[in-house]
Amino acid sequence: MRLSRAEYKDIVRATEQLRPTRQCMKILKDRFPNHSQSTLLSIFSLEYQKRTKRTISRHHAADVVESHYQRYLNEAKARPAAPVLLEMANEVDLSPALMGRLILDRFLQDVSGEMHSKAVLNSMLKEPSLIPDQVLANNIYQCTINDCCYGPLVDCIKHAIGQEHEVLLRDKLKERNLSFLDENKLRTMGYDKTPDIILEVPIAVEGHIVHWIESKASFGDDYSHRTYLNEQFWSYWNRFGPGLVIYWYGFIGELDCQRDRGILLKDCFPTDIVTLCHTSHQQSPEKEDND
Amino acid sequence: MAAILDLHLRKVSSAAHLSSKCCSSGQQERDSLPFTECGVTVQKHQFVSFLLNFLREQSSPALAHGTPAKTPNRPRPAAQTGGLSERRACRSAGSATTSRSSSRVQLFSPPSFSTTWNPASRPSGSDRRHGQRPSPFQSQKRRGGRGSQHSDEMGFWDTGSKKPGRGGGHSRSREQLSPPSTLNFNNLEDFPPVGSSPISPLISKPSRRINPTPVSAERPRSKPKTCFTSTPFTKLSSPPMGAEVLDGSMRVGSPLSLQEERELLKREKSKRAQQPAASSPCLSSLEPCTPPKTGVLGGAKVTPELQTLCPERSKVTFTPELDLLAELYCACISENLVPNIFLELFFVMQLLTSMSPPSNDRCYLKQVHNCVYFAVTVLENQFQLVAHLDKGALRLLAENERVASFSPALRDLLIQAQGKSSAKLSPSVSTFIHSVPFQPDTDNRSNFGNDKAFHTFKKQRDVFYEALREWEDLHNEPGWNFDASLGGRIRGMMNQLTSAGNHSHFARLFLKQLVQMCKGPRMSGAPGEPPDADLLEMLGADGLGRLKRLEERLIQPHGIVGPCPPPSFPGHQEFFRDFIQTASCCQLNQHLQDSLCQQLLQLDEVSILSPSASIKEEDEDGDMEQQKQRFSSVLLLARLLAKFLGFISFLPYQTSERPSREIQEASVALRSKVSVPVLDVCAVLDNSVRRRRTILTVPWLVEFLSMLDFVGPLLLCYRTALGTLLLLYRRLQLRRCADVCYLNKLLLVSVLGWLFHDCIPLVDQQLLYFCCPFLSEFRKLLAAFVSGSTAKSGGIIRKITPTSAELKDTPIANRSQQKLQGELEQAFFHNQPPSLRRTVEFVAERVGSNSVKHMKATLVSELMDRGEKILRDKLKSLNFNTSKLNESICALLCDAGLEALERATRFCDEKSLEAVRTLLPEETSPTVLRTSESITKRLAAEKACSWLSANITGKLIKDL
Repeated sequence: MRLSRAEYKDIVRATEQLRPTRQCMKILKDRFPNHSQSTLLSIFSLEYQKRTKRTISRHHAADVVESHYQRYLNEAKARPAAPVLLEMANEVDLSPALMGRLILDRFLQDVSGEMHSKAVLNSMLKEPSLIPDQVLANNIYQCTINDCCYGPLVDCIKHAIGQEHEVLLRDKLKERNLSFLDENKLRTMGYDKTPDIILEVPIAVEGHIVHWIESKASFGDDYSHRTYLNEQFWSYWNRFGPGLVIYWYGFIGELDCQRDRGILLKDCFPTDIVTLCHTSHQQSPEKEDND
Repeated sequence: MAAILDLHLRKVSSAAHLSSKCCSSGQQERDSLPFTECGVTVQKHQFVSFLLNFLREQSSPALAHGTPAKTPNRPRPAAQTGGLSERRACRSAGSATTSRSSSRVQLFSPPSFSTTWNPASRPSGSDRRHGQRPSPFQSQKRRGGRGSQHSDEMGFWDTGSKKPGRGGGHSRSREQLSPPSTLNFNNLEDFPPVGSSPISPLISKPSRRINPTPVSAERPRSKPKTCFTSTPFTKLSSPPMGAEVLDGSMRVGSPLSLQEERELLKREKSKRAQQPAASSPCLSSLEPCTPPKTGVLGGAKVTPELQTLCPERSKVTFTPELDLLAELYCACISENLVPNIFLELFFVMQLLTSMSPPSNDRCYLKQVHNCVYFAVTVLENQFQLVAHLDKGALRLLAENERVASFSPALRDLLIQAQGKSSAKLSPSVSTFIHSVPFQPDTDNRSNFGNDKAFHTFKKQRDVFYEALREWEDLHNEPGWNFDASLGGRIRGMMNQLTSAGNHSHFARLFLKQLVQMCKGPRMSGAPGEPPDADLLEMLGADGLGRLKRLEERLIQPHGIVGPCPPPSFPGHQEFFRDFIQTASCCQLNQHLQDSLCQQLLQLDEVSILSPSASIKEEDEDGDMEQQKQRFSSVLLLARLLAKFLGFISFLPYQTSERPSREIQEASVALRSKVSVPVLDVCAVLDNSVRRRRTILTVPWLVEFLSMLDFVGPLLLCYRTALGTLLLLYRRLQLRRCADVCYLNKLLLVSVLGWLFHDCIPLVDQQLLYFCCPFLSEFRKLLAAFVSGSTAKSGGIIRKITPTSAELKDTPIANRSQQKLQGELEQAFFHNQPPSLRRTVEFVAERVGSNSVKHMKATLVSELMDRGEKILRDKLKSLNFNTSKLNESICALLCDAGLEALERATRFCDEKSLEAVRTLLPEETSPTVLRTSESITKRLAAEKACSWLSANITGKLIKDL
């Protein structure tokens, strides 16, 4: 969905006090019934990430970590069946998954010393049953499944959605009989930067030439679009000419301002597509007139 | 010399004698042809220069009064000599700074400065040289120190005494001539240096601050301030400009009071604001490029009355003398005895549009009646040249009431010529700009020595485009500075390239992007302003073109820069120039030079006639058109590359000031021994002359040489080349060539004006104007006059009929669809290997041509038989009727035409398919193959059909 900046700002304002939980998502959805849930979740997720980036450092201070950890130990001992970590995360306004990560990291220091690897930490977050402490494992699990912005579950979902939309895009292209090279093919040919799709024969979308298509299963806000432009879209333009970006979950309409420069934004697979059509006899009627 | 002319003007009867002696007979003994008249021995070239000076001298009062735009070559402030880059920037901006004089001026003349290149302001005799008549040139000389001596040596424009190869004329004895009467390349007044006037009025505007100090004869010392000129008068002892002004124009109005001046300015300003498209002559004199002296501004007050002063044929005095002068003058132009025919043409148009106060002096060109009479006479005489101007200029001339009242015959000729003129000033060129495509063949990892180099280049490509985009967005913003904004990034990039050894890759990217953006004629003149998509849809490409032209008119009503603009880097070229300068990377420059040189030499070898066309009898027009296009594309590319090659090659030697004579001599000695010129210009030129290819070589060599540094022209190799070019120029006489080659020659005359001989009419008017945009100055001058003189009657040419946007209809929609298809086709080739495009174009060309041949052999010959039969039958019947005969033949042709098109198209379809399948690689993907086939089919059929449509009727009728 293409949002005006004003609409977008309304939504952002509504997310300011929300926590990354399903309940909060419900609140947001009720407040903006006309917007799709995916769009709202994507906007919220992006906003929450920004918020976290601003505040995360204060949770990483050694003394803070230590006090969180001691509090967890005490409370978990007192109430082993309660979702202690989740409650703590909500209380100190930190993402549950990140809280879980913080505590698990501290826990592993005790168990295996300073030297535990990040890989071990990540694998335990993904698979809590690997955690030697049963209570902690339960708590980590609760954190993971109750966080809609961070954590291995969310990563997994995001990845799957991304894949799904790429498949969707390829299907649409095949449906329209447009042949293309995908990222994997391009890599084997030695391209240094590769969009999701390069069209073998360019098309025109709404009057603009399109050589490549990049699929983004997220909402295009200022920050992420700017980052994508600098790291991806312009690089594609620099190599393949003008192209199309599909933000499947919508974008701020005002960002679609580089059309003439070769970056076109859409929130769905375009319908207005013009292809090279060659009916060899198209010239004839005119010629007749001339004669 | 004055005596001779005077004598002849008094005895008009012997004029023809003088004229013929002066010009025609010179052909055989050009080197030294003394006149021995009245016991005075005069060199011919001395006479020519005297004549030119004389005319300017004579007309000075008339022109001082406001031709709508004076020849605007006029120096810019010398203030900005802060550094090379700044100087360069100035050069690009077209402003001539003192330092600006560098290469271009030096080619022909060292910097000299007058407030305007006002034809009136030339001193004519040595008596005035140090007297009241200022020669700013001299003050400049003093400033310039000894270097100025070279000015004299270099600058003689001697009409024959110099042999090519001997170079810059060092051997000439200067004592012979008094400098002011020498036709002197050095003299800015004679030959406004290419480069002395602003391209963009905006840029120079700040320096045009109007200082409200009133002018008065009593305060001559304050002159520098009171002039609206930015001329640096460093030497107060040099006679004040005011003297000159007072000489002529100032007499008209008494000095204005400060208040009056302010009022006047205020009025002008509001007028300007209200009608930007229709400024009056005096307004245009406020344009930076048409520097009004205060006196002239004073004159502006009386302009309304002056305007009403209508030149009349009956009031012309000295008719016989004027006829003689015109005859002499025309002879000089026709024989290429003048240094720049367009400069003279410009002068003539100034005379035509001059306003002058009534006066009783005995002066041939003081009266506007006489000026106009003289101008019209010259225009009539030089009609062949005039006829090749663009449509706009011709129309303005034809509509000029002075032309009409003095010579209805000339007006009629002009109206006729208008119909033939094809030169357009605002070509509609696609502004669709691509990046340089990534081609795995040349760009993937296997083309780099190691991973690091590959990944570094990946980043550099993006940094390069980022800089380009930023430049597009911001370079027109006030206060934006290339080096300050992008310098750090670019130099960082150079360091990275150096450490990775990637210069050759980057140089390739750089040049490809340069060619892509700048090859077309000024196509990127307005970067960062892509046409609004919706607007395009609404108006269609044509409408947009018109809108653009309208916009140009509104923004730049009369930005007259004169016929000798400086070498410039318009549009995106500026980015590439600034990039090279800012990067300041010797490795990159070397790679660029190597590559440019190689490409240029290749282009220079390109066969001007492709094999198919050299087999003559084949297909006449169809191929010729293609040849022309090919030639113009090669020529434009070569000129671009040559300019950049010259820029890079002479960059190390550029100095902001002309070096002193000692330094010059030392560097000549050093450079002739040590440094090997990047391009053997003499060999290239000699080869080109021998092979009769000057039409291609000379225009790009001119671009290359226009970048010479101060010392460059003194080096033997360049001196020789310049000498050869000069010889070529002298050999050229436009009026002696057949009509078909006229434009070829005109192009050569125009690029600096040189010609040899070519017999293929390759140049069309469009190309001429692309290469010599300054030719449009004539139109501007005339337009300025019209808008001034007809302001009261509503302004005939500025009338703009408003068109409603709703008028859009299907044809326009079709057109934009066609445009889109064209873009898609171009885009298709963009990301394919270049060989694909070459194959498609080649096949289309051959198949199209074969199809035509086939049609000729089958259908056309069959038609001929049938036609003949009809003719015979009809002729046999006694009462044959011509109109009926025509009818039946026409019917036959009409059917035949349709059939031919159909059959040709079928032929193209079949053959294209086979050929493309055979020629493209087996591995080509099916879609790409299919698309290539259909593009080939279309191109081939288009070629064949357009030939058939154009020729079947004509050919049949001719043959029957």
